[in-house]
Amino acid sequence: MNRVIELSDIRRVFTMGDQQFAALKGVSFSVSPGEFVAIMGASGSGKSTCMNVLGCLDRPTSGSYLLDGVDVGGMDGDQLAEIRNRKLGFVFQGFNLLARTPAVENVELPLIYAGVHPRDRRSRAMVALEMVGLSGKENNHPSQLSGGQQQRVAIARALVNQPAVILADEPTGNLDSSTSEEIMNLFTSLNRQGITIIMVTHEADVAAYAGRRMTFKDGLIIDDTN
Amino acid sequence: MDFYQTLKIALRALRTNKMRSFLTMLGIIIGIAAVIAMMAVGAGARHVISQQIASIGSNIILVLPGSTTSGGLRTGSGGAQTLTSDDVRAIMGECPSVEMAAPTTRSSALLVSGNMNWSTVVMGTTPELFAIREWGVAAGRSMEQQDVDSAAKVCLMGQTVAENLFGSEDPVGKIIRIKKVPFTVIGLLDRKGQSPQGQDQDDAVFVPLRTAQRNLVRTQTPNSVGAVMVKARNEALLGKAEEEIQSLLNQRHRITNGKEADYSTRNLSEILAVAEQSSRAMSLLLGAVASISLVVGGIGIMNIMLVSVTERTREIGIRMAIGARKGDILLQFLTEAVLLTMIGGVTGIVLGAAGATVVSSILSWPTLISVESISIAFFFSALVGIFFGFYPARKAASLNPIDALRYE
Repeated sequence: MNRVIELSDIRRVFTMGDQQFAALKGVSFSVSPGEFVAIMGASGSGKSTCMNVLGCLDRPTSGSYLLDGVDVGGMDGDQLAEIRNRKLGFVFQGFNLLARTPAVENVELPLIYAGVHPRDRRSRAMVALEMVGLSGKENNHPSQLSGGQQQRVAIARALVNQPAVILADEPTGNLDSSTSEEIMNLFTSLNRQGITIIMVTHEADVAAYAGRRMTFKDGLIIDDTN
Repeated sequence: MDFYQTLKIALRALRTNKMRSFLTMLGIIIGIAAVIAMMAVGAGARHVISQQIASIGSNIILVLPGSTTSGGLRTGSGGAQTLTSDDVRAIMGECPSVEMAAPTTRSSALLVSGNMNWSTVVMGTTPELFAIREWGVAAGRSMEQQDVDSAAKVCLMGQTVAENLFGSEDPVGKIIRIKKVPFTVIGLLDRKGQSPQGQDQDDAVFVPLRTAQRNLVRTQTPNSVGAVMVKARNEALLGKAEEEIQSLLNQRHRITNGKEADYSTRNLSEILAVAEQSSRAMSLLLGAVASISLVVGGIGIMNIMLVSVTERTREIGIRMAIGARKGDILLQFLTEAVLLTMIGGVTGIVLGAAGATVVSSILSWPTLISVESISIAFFFSALVGIFFGFYPARKAASLNPIDALRYE
């Protein structure tokens, strides 16, 4: 059976001086293609650490992680960078767009690091912007866009390299309720097109959009409902 | 990630902080401009000296008659009349490394033309002298062998003499009296300027050797000459030519071991080598001072690049999350630093060249901007960028993406 993500017994221990703190205490779960997963939990529950591990930004202390069938455990920094580039798309709470850079160039960024030819880059970025409903805004700088539009640019950037999974970390955290709804509807429609989404949130109404909800507490999954 | 993209990102980053980029570059601009200007002034000075060498000839040997002792009084070098026209002919004929030799006699005399008069040096010589010294005429004709053979009463006039006797008039064809003997002026020599010793080389009159021996110089022997100017075939044969002349003259003058030679030889290149060396040392010193300002400029670049890395920590995090490798980030910041120094370098080259031109026109000091100095300056500025940009770039590349993304 093919799984996009397969975590088994992931532990992550931080060492600060002579104190040790286990953020993840043996987390195992798997995600199938086309799923929309919401990860919930209070701050300090381990959900952000889990997200960092899923995003190949952090390496677990122990346990194995298969992403799209590939074991990312033994990879070095540059290999992980390539995995992030090709298999993952990130959407952050603070949008994290490059200032003073037109929307379309922000969307192109992953393609630049993937070594895609400039001509294909532009057309693929335009397609991604169209998917998030921002056609015509490609030359606007982030400062000329509303919060919701900026988050759409970030989603287009996450989509552009056709990743296996989109990882969204509190994507509506900086948005008002009507814009949040807009963004969540966008996620839902992308998910219906077959895109796998894993989202961290602490808001129950945002999590309600997801088909599957996991709850973290003290570094363990305490609830996993479809 | 392709190079064009890296360059574009770096340029955008520099444009974002125009004033800061400019001020950072200023150190490099001043440093490179100073290097270029100093090298131009130094090269100009060396050029002048080598021109002076050429004006006298770097492959020239002077053979001077020795001193003589009469009644216990020793005259100085050249006081005796020990060299003859026959010696000169022998040097020309028997020394293979010698290209030519020109004998000279020297006397002071009063020149009169109409109601004007002027005291100057009258040199008796042969046409070879003008070939050795590469000295042409500005008007009229130069001296010919026939003038010497027939002991013609003709003379060549230096510019200073002509100005004092004839003003702006053309002296060619005029009659002047030298020690009351009438001479026809056949040619006006080119302006030669000062010798390295500060003598006005244009303040002299040249007459055929035999004419001088008969009419102007009182000598014990009828064909004795003063100093002989010898030109070696090339600079490398200078030493050999000098040895050949010494052994020839020793033989002719019957000078055996232990007996004091009645002549001496000298070559000018030694004196001039010292002069050239001191000017080279000078420009080296100026260059060293300029390099210090380049290093200071480089430290400024490093400082600003470190600030830039800190400021853009979040951007670095975004790029890493999206798939930038360590190498991509390193290259991006290194490119930025090198771009800073190279733009500064090119601006400095232009300013330095302009400065050198201004110096040369205001102080009438010759400057020489060589392709060599421009390329050295250019590559040195790139090198400063790489050297001082590497540490900040490595700092950026070794950031942890999670921390970088969270950085406020």
